[in-house]
Amino acid sequence: MIFEGKAHKYGRDVDTDVIIPARCLVTTDPDELASHCMEDMDDEFIRRVKQGDIIVAGENFGCGSSREQAPLAIKATGIACVVASSFARIFYRNAINIGLPILVCAGVAAEAGTGDSIRVDLDRGEVTNLTRDKVYQADPFPGFMQEIVTAGGLMSHVKRKLGQ
Amino acid sequence: MGSTLAEKIIAEHVGRDVAPGEIVVTGVDVTALQDGTGPLALQQLEELDMVRAVNPGRTILFMDHAAPSPRKELSNAHQVLRSFARATGAVASDINEGVCHQRLVESYASPGDILIGADSHTCTSGALAAFATGMGSTDVAIGIATGRTWLKVPETLRVVVSGEFSQGVCAKDLMLHLIGELGADGATYMAMEFTGPAVERMNMSERFTLANMAVEAGGKTGLFAADATTRAYLEEQGRGEDYRQLGPDPDAAYTLTLNVDVDGLEPTVAAPHTVDNTMTAAAAAGRQVQQVFIGSCTNGRIEDLRIAASILRGRERHPHTRLIVTPASRRVYLQAAAEGLLKDFVEAGAIVTGTGCGACVGVHGGVLGDGEVCVSTQNRNFHGRMGNVKSYIYLASPATAAATAIAGEIVDPREGYLEPQG
Repeated sequence: MIFEGKAHKYGRDVDTDVIIPARCLVTTDPDELASHCMEDMDDEFIRRVKQGDIIVAGENFGCGSSREQAPLAIKATGIACVVASSFARIFYRNAINIGLPILVCAGVAAEAGTGDSIRVDLDRGEVTNLTRDKVYQADPFPGFMQEIVTAGGLMSHVKRKLGQ
Repeated sequence: MGSTLAEKIIAEHVGRDVAPGEIVVTGVDVTALQDGTGPLALQQLEELDMVRAVNPGRTILFMDHAAPSPRKELSNAHQVLRSFARATGAVASDINEGVCHQRLVESYASPGDILIGADSHTCTSGALAAFATGMGSTDVAIGIATGRTWLKVPETLRVVVSGEFSQGVCAKDLMLHLIGELGADGATYMAMEFTGPAVERMNMSERFTLANMAVEAGGKTGLFAADATTRAYLEEQGRGEDYRQLGPDPDAAYTLTLNVDVDGLEPTVAAPHTVDNTMTAAAAAGRQVQQVFIGSCTNGRIEDLRIAASILRGRERHPHTRLIVTPASRRVYLQAAAEGLLKDFVEAGAIVTGTGCGACVGVHGGVLGDGEVCVSTQNRNFHGRMGNVKSYIYLASPATAAATAIAGEIVDPREGYLEPQG
């Protein structure tokens, strides 16, 4: 899978309360969730974001609450992939489970700016900042997780296994 | 080579030795959902035609984040949980029962269990030597329906605590101090294991406070060996039969060992807007405070309320500072009533709310106004956490919070607030 889009750049410790505040957890509708995504930190985000864009962030992305609505909201805004220096562990699982591609890649965030054109090659684990003409190597996805992602998320994965 | 506590519990479940980094599929003993994360999980089970709980008596659906419900959407979410419980035999823990993590330690988690909950502070039960960890809705839904989950065996970060707390300093101060040292991602993917002479002397309430905040350093769980204190606690909860001795092997291998001496540790706060932004209460002193919140899964237990009441008894809150007290569970509430603590709070000018998560989640029970500052005994001070992005949250111990409510500004509780009044 290859994605290409504009970067939305954030710093470290982007927590799930700013990705989707608790007051918005009155619905499970992805579009409704998306309309409030990041609003407490960057109220321009939802107006600026285009289908296929990429979030680029620093360490500990998705820390805090276990709310799965956080990756759901991001996915529903049209974001194709999140590339961060590191992820908090519950967010990492949640993103894989709901089928939001994520990649651990230190260095990208340090040098990218909002609006840069970014290409992500998920299979090769390669991130390219086209604007700055730089290529970065991401950590490879563990095989077990690759299976879940390929199945389209944990639910389909389990259903497939149970059906066998 | 021996096993850490995390490795030992996982190995028992999969029936063979395990090593950090390995991915295992394991049985789970207890699964938990709450009203914020539950509806999403149950909806998915319905879509997959998997409305079932393989272990219904150990599947608990908590209505605690919005208790009682402040709006119709959340009332409808509660209906989803109740109806799943009726259909499957799972336990519905309704709005009167209390915060999930407090209820889990009182009635469900036992030494050696694997417990998964769709709430990040599920790690609290680690204090009972249970491998307890937070996951998302989908993970827990699968755990409910199949009795299984996948885990990466974590590396273990050992925290060895020595020394004696001075008066007015407690486990909360230690944990804030530790997170300040480690950073908000210092223990990411790792199990934290607390040990050492000061830990052996701690009561369960203090251990729960430490375990609860393991996730604030990124930790997967916060573990303690099960010992005589654990046994006494379980007996008090009427389930002494759930006790068994369990600890790490003496030759276990730790990725990192951190030694902390609590001699000389001062009352500590975490300033806005991250938990690792810590400083002493003395360094933050003088900051005017409009609201104090005493409660939550971190510090809403009877021991916490006793500390707060001992400071508030015979004193009054500052006229510019609201004081909200939220007991963590029905049991805690009844005990506080029996001991006369609720009267102490109300006389000091507090509002005592019903049990539950209360103001900590920012949907009801004490949402902050623009520009307001809150000192809270909860575990998270993120931007907008208490319902308003234009507000500021300082995390503190029950003693610092109670003293601050009286002073109207952040104070070190040792500055004249520990001596009984009246």
